[in-house]
Amino acid sequence: MTGPDASTALCATGLAFRYRRRGNWALRDCEFTVPGGRITALVGRNGAGKSTLLHLAGGLLRPTSGQLRVLGAVPGTAQARARVALLTQDKPLYPRSTVADTLLLGEKLNSTWDRPSAERIVREGDIPLHARVGELSPGRRTRVALALALGKRPELLLLDEPLADLDPVARGEIMAQLMTEVIERGMSIMLSSHVLPELEETCDWVLVLRDGRVELSEDVEELRASHAVLTGPAGQADILAGAHTVVRSRTGGRQLTALIRQRGPLRGDWHVQRPGLQDILLGYLQAGEPGHPAPAERTETAA
Amino acid sequence: MIDYRIDRGSGVPAYVQILEQTERALRMGTLRVGDKLPTAKEVVAATGINPNTVLRAYRDMERAGLVALRRGLGTFVTRSLARPGAENDSPLRREATDWVARARAAGLERADVLALVTAALDAYDTEHDSTTPGDREGKKEDA
Repeated sequence: MTGPDASTALCATGLAFRYRRRGNWALRDCEFTVPGGRITALVGRNGAGKSTLLHLAGGLLRPTSGQLRVLGAVPGTAQARARVALLTQDKPLYPRSTVADTLLLGEKLNSTWDRPSAERIVREGDIPLHARVGELSPGRRTRVALALALGKRPELLLLDEPLADLDPVARGEIMAQLMTEVIERGMSIMLSSHVLPELEETCDWVLVLRDGRVELSEDVEELRASHAVLTGPAGQADILAGAHTVVRSRTGGRQLTALIRQRGPLRGDWHVQRPGLQDILLGYLQAGEPGHPAPAERTETAA
Repeated sequence: MIDYRIDRGSGVPAYVQILEQTERALRMGTLRVGDKLPTAKEVVAATGINPNTVLRAYRDMERAGLVALRRGLGTFVTRSLARPGAENDSPLRREATDWVARARAAGLERADVLALVTAALDAYDTEHDSTTPGDREGKKEDA
């Protein structure tokens, strides 16, 4: 594998997108750069713009303004299409086609096609080649769609909620499969997911969207190193606010729990824990919500 | 061959878990000089964790002189951490096994047993004022 920063997987400048029908902005002022060779978690609440961003990167939508580059190319152009694969949530497969015909179609539609890989992915899922796609379980359908996406040997694989309809065993298998592809080919992946525990130890870059804007685009190790979960007396809240970035804090009785991005030495009497990726992401997702902290805050357990 | 198990909920980064499991195996003598580690691809396929994490752990171990990468062949153990007395069949190990059995028979739980050992270690270290370098377990991240 080449160094993780050898190239750029995705780069957005002033990117904005509006669905004309609804008239509101799905993405606004998006600026970010995701290095190549990374496995990026695309995280955000429903409606934050994750699917829109993936559709833009896959060339299925065009930006309303600003620009987006995938592997340095304009999405949707022949140059980009040959190197980028997008697996959307609806997994557009022909339900009446057999698995074998589906793979054959992939072979015909793509200039580069790795038949052994595509067939192996299908075979490892115990999927009969003569079965009709429409009759497969959701997990198996996902596997076929993935075989189709990986068969074209993409350098960048975009996955919109790839694991949503899979059982835990299949999730683990598919994830391991993807990670193996990454190590064999140095492929970059961007995947959106709501299942935060699965992103832990899988992703090494995170892109967090909130209301169509980029909240975070950062290396996971750096995120972990720069953030801390503090527990201490509620009276100390003021000490934090000036010196650090308080992502989220809540008070329960006399105790304050805060997720901070540390900006210098820590003053005061705190119990300090290094947060997991999940804690950090959850903190950012909750922080921007209107009305938060909610009245229910006391019942929340300190993660 | 060592099988790495990654606990995603533990809060311990996966590359640290790989380092610790390797070191433990080296201390216990279940991994010895000349043994081959699984390839990064095998670890990734078995655990589903990020390949960069595995590569980082292997790089760190190589830098620490524990393993060496032989091009085209794999990664091999070059140094043992086993100390005389810590092997499976050593007298100390036997005594520890007997002692643990007595502690369990007396109704102590795992945490009680560990607390006893830790307390005894602490008392010993205080008395002899020795800080053993490389005691990973003593290092906590809350500083």
